[in-house]
Amino acid sequence: MGKRSMRGLVAVAALLFAAFPALPPAPSAEAEERVVSLLSQNRISINTNFDGSELVITGAIERFSAPPEGDPEIVVVVIGPSHPALVRKKENRFGIWINDAGVRIDETPSFYAISSTGPLHDVMSHAEDLRHRVGLEHAVRLIGESTDEFYPEDYRVAAIRLNTARGFYFEDPGGVAMVDDLLFQTRVQLPSQLTEGDYRVRIFLLRDREVVDLSENIVPVRKASFERLIHNTATERPVIYGTISIILALAAGWLASAIFRIIFP
Amino acid sequence: MRDGAGKTPVAAVYGAGKGIRGQMSIYLPVAEVSVGVFLLLGMGGGVGFLTGLLGVGGGFLMTPLLILIGIPPSVAVACGANQMVASSFSGVLTHWRRKTVDFRMGGVLLAGGLIGAVAGVRLFAFLRTLGQVELLVSLCYVVVLGIVGGLMMWESIGALMRSKRPGEAKPQRLHKKGTWIRKLPFRMRFHQSKLYISVIPPLLIGLFVGVLSALMGIGGGFIVVPAMIYILGMATTVVMGTSLFQIIFVTGAATMMHAVYNHTVDGILVMMLVVGGVIGTQIGARVGHLIKAEWLRIILATVVVAICVKFGVDLVRPPDELFNIAEGTG
Repeated sequence: MGKRSMRGLVAVAALLFAAFPALPPAPSAEAEERVVSLLSQNRISINTNFDGSELVITGAIERFSAPPEGDPEIVVVVIGPSHPALVRKKENRFGIWINDAGVRIDETPSFYAISSTGPLHDVMSHAEDLRHRVGLEHAVRLIGESTDEFYPEDYRVAAIRLNTARGFYFEDPGGVAMVDDLLFQTRVQLPSQLTEGDYRVRIFLLRDREVVDLSENIVPVRKASFERLIHNTATERPVIYGTISIILALAAGWLASAIFRIIFP
Repeated sequence: MRDGAGKTPVAAVYGAGKGIRGQMSIYLPVAEVSVGVFLLLGMGGGVGFLTGLLGVGGGFLMTPLLILIGIPPSVAVACGANQMVASSFSGVLTHWRRKTVDFRMGGVLLAGGLIGAVAGVRLFAFLRTLGQVELLVSLCYVVVLGIVGGLMMWESIGALMRSKRPGEAKPQRLHKKGTWIRKLPFRMRFHQSKLYISVIPPLLIGLFVGVLSALMGIGGGFIVVPAMIYILGMATTVVMGTSLFQIIFVTGAATMMHAVYNHTVDGILVMMLVVGGVIGTQIGARVGHLIKAEWLRIILATVVVAICVKFGVDLVRPPDELFNIAEGTG
């Protein structure tokens, strides 16, 4: 009885081994590659002179065994903090073009940049794109109720189109430069209209259009102390802030009048 | 195998904000936008010049300009109001020294204006429940601007033609002397304006402008100025200062409302606009002193008609992009 079971086990093992090379690259083999990265800034401070910033993302592919066949590919996605937004459509009523009630888009990132070693769908399969929500078409999310009366999908697509037109969303196929299938670098230009918050940097390592490894970093973007003070006073002490604004305006008006009277009596 | 050295490492500037930027730019902490310093100073100066010259706040110009350079609309409206506090105060001081401010008339207009503004806010809330409030506001803009600008243009060109010939060049009143305006009770003497009329017409003008201010989000200078000239029969020189006097309070109240309820007053943006604005106002007030009153009225009429045409065309012309996006829930 023991002999028979022993024989059976060997047979199963043999079957497994025979089947193994025919299988697609197994997860264990792929885990032999990892992506490590370094950001040029681990914190972005917005001061008065702030006029956009450049985020340089440098990385390397770490290997624990000989590299598999084919080229590795890299996709870098930088995502700004999300806000709800109201997208409205102009309608012609009585010969006049007027905004409709609009659709509320629940999640609209203030910034969305995709940089990759090649056109996104050349380096990443549609299934992986869908799973990790990488492409621009996934940037904006509509969670709320979808009425049949309107076509919320049109509004969602419009939100992406408008943000792309404003330069807040963009794709840079070929933006990631790769050296010797080992080192890579990309530069992401952050606009001057940078919203405060945590920016997510997602770096995908791909082979055969499948994700092998994903590395995530957070870059906090914060206002510098003076800008922070103004912003906080405006939101937390609005009455004092409003009063100061008016007094300063009156003072400036008086000062200009006084100066002009001296210069041009 | 690809070679990294062969590739240009993203030389193209991607995603640099679409806002118009000058050489030197400044970050606005509430608007969360970086904008060119000289652009803001220039805009403040340009609108301020009109304030000093014509006695209008210029909100109908400033707000669209700020939105154009990428300032969120709610911030643009609030900062425009705050900037006008400075410009109008600066202008009033200059007019005051020249004794061309009728404080009593300004006070009466203001009293009417405050009642009107309260009523206007209620009316706005009521119209909102009916829907179509936006259509109404747009139509209001075009109709009011069109009527006011058109009438002014017609009258001031006529006045200019008459002044070419010998004789008086005083602005014509819409009503001949001795009509109902003269017969109304509660007469009051307005020394500066050299008028002895009932307080009812200025009170009603203030009321009307107050309602429009609340509905359309404007200071109302471009309505008050023609109303004082044509309906009350005040001299153009006194009108400018008096209009500015009441604009200080209207815009001051608006600034406070925006600061308290919306937190949309951007201190840095306001300072930039104010520095340009007060200088522009001073220059405008001095230039205005040198220009004939009829020409001032023609200039104001032209500006009003131009804005009216712009709004009218925007309403009727099919837009290139049907959709627009606003952060928050509007």
